[in-house]
Amino acid sequence: MIPAPAFLANPERFMAFSRWAAPMFGAIALLLAAVGLWLGFTAPDDYQQGATVKIMFIHVPAAWMSMFVYVCMGIASFLALVFRHALADAAAQAAAPLGAAFTALALITGSLWGRPMWGAWWVWDARLTSVLVLFLFYLAYMALRASLDDETKAARAGAILALVGLVNLPVVHWSVTWWNTLHQGASVFRKGGSTLAPVFLTPLLLMGLAYTSAFGALWLVRIRGEVWRKRAEAAALRAARA
Amino acid sequence: MADLFTGKYAAFIGPAYAITAATFAAMIWTSLAYARRWRKRTEEFNAAQAAAREPQA
Repeated sequence: MIPAPAFLANPERFMAFSRWAAPMFGAIALLLAAVGLWLGFTAPDDYQQGATVKIMFIHVPAAWMSMFVYVCMGIASFLALVFRHALADAAAQAAAPLGAAFTALALITGSLWGRPMWGAWWVWDARLTSVLVLFLFYLAYMALRASLDDETKAARAGAILALVGLVNLPVVHWSVTWWNTLHQGASVFRKGGSTLAPVFLTPLLLMGLAYTSAFGALWLVRIRGEVWRKRAEAAALRAARA
Repeated sequence: MADLFTGKYAAFIGPAYAITAATFAAMIWTSLAYARRWRKRTEEFNAAQAAAREPQA
């Protein structure tokens, strides 16, 4: 049996795989989101938070994705840095704008949830601040890559920055445990099981899977774009030498 | 569900869903446009090179 990463490390195999996998993940995301949104919209209001609990179904998955995408970017950066594989570098580069978008969504929808519940759009508590730092890491990664003309140097510098940023992920995750924060603690993935009622937990998990599947589809499309870009640049170089 | 976009928290719930939908639309649009643009350029370069290699009539 061929291990999946080794199988996909070949650009030709990756292009053949992603050609059908990207639309498949997109279709799964649409289906899961449709069911998740329907269950979410028809769920009763929370006894404390009222109708604002509906924001949870789009805010929490965005927050999960902000960290998951960074883990994907970190692993891809590690593979690119150690094994110098072009496809791993393309995967890291393709993940960054998607991760930034999910993190921005988590911050904005969190702010729209926080204003009616906390009475403030923003507070400098450990969770919110560490997620803002995560967003800045995404922006810094993209800015660093865009600022260097030499593709090899840009890949190396970007990979190092992405790996340094991994340090922030445990801080984001455990910020609500390590410090007293206005942001609530973990209520889904925690010791002793979820504290959420099934009527809220089911649509939340479905939306989480929908976001993950949507990321899978968009990530594959963006990596395909990077492969095409490298091929176009190689063809332009050949044409210039001829 | 009826008071989702008309209740007292509608000013927060509506924009949250609208911004999420707009962000997903932007992610889908930019990802597809990026891939299509570079695929087209690659095909143009390859076609130009193939034409250059063909013997002159």
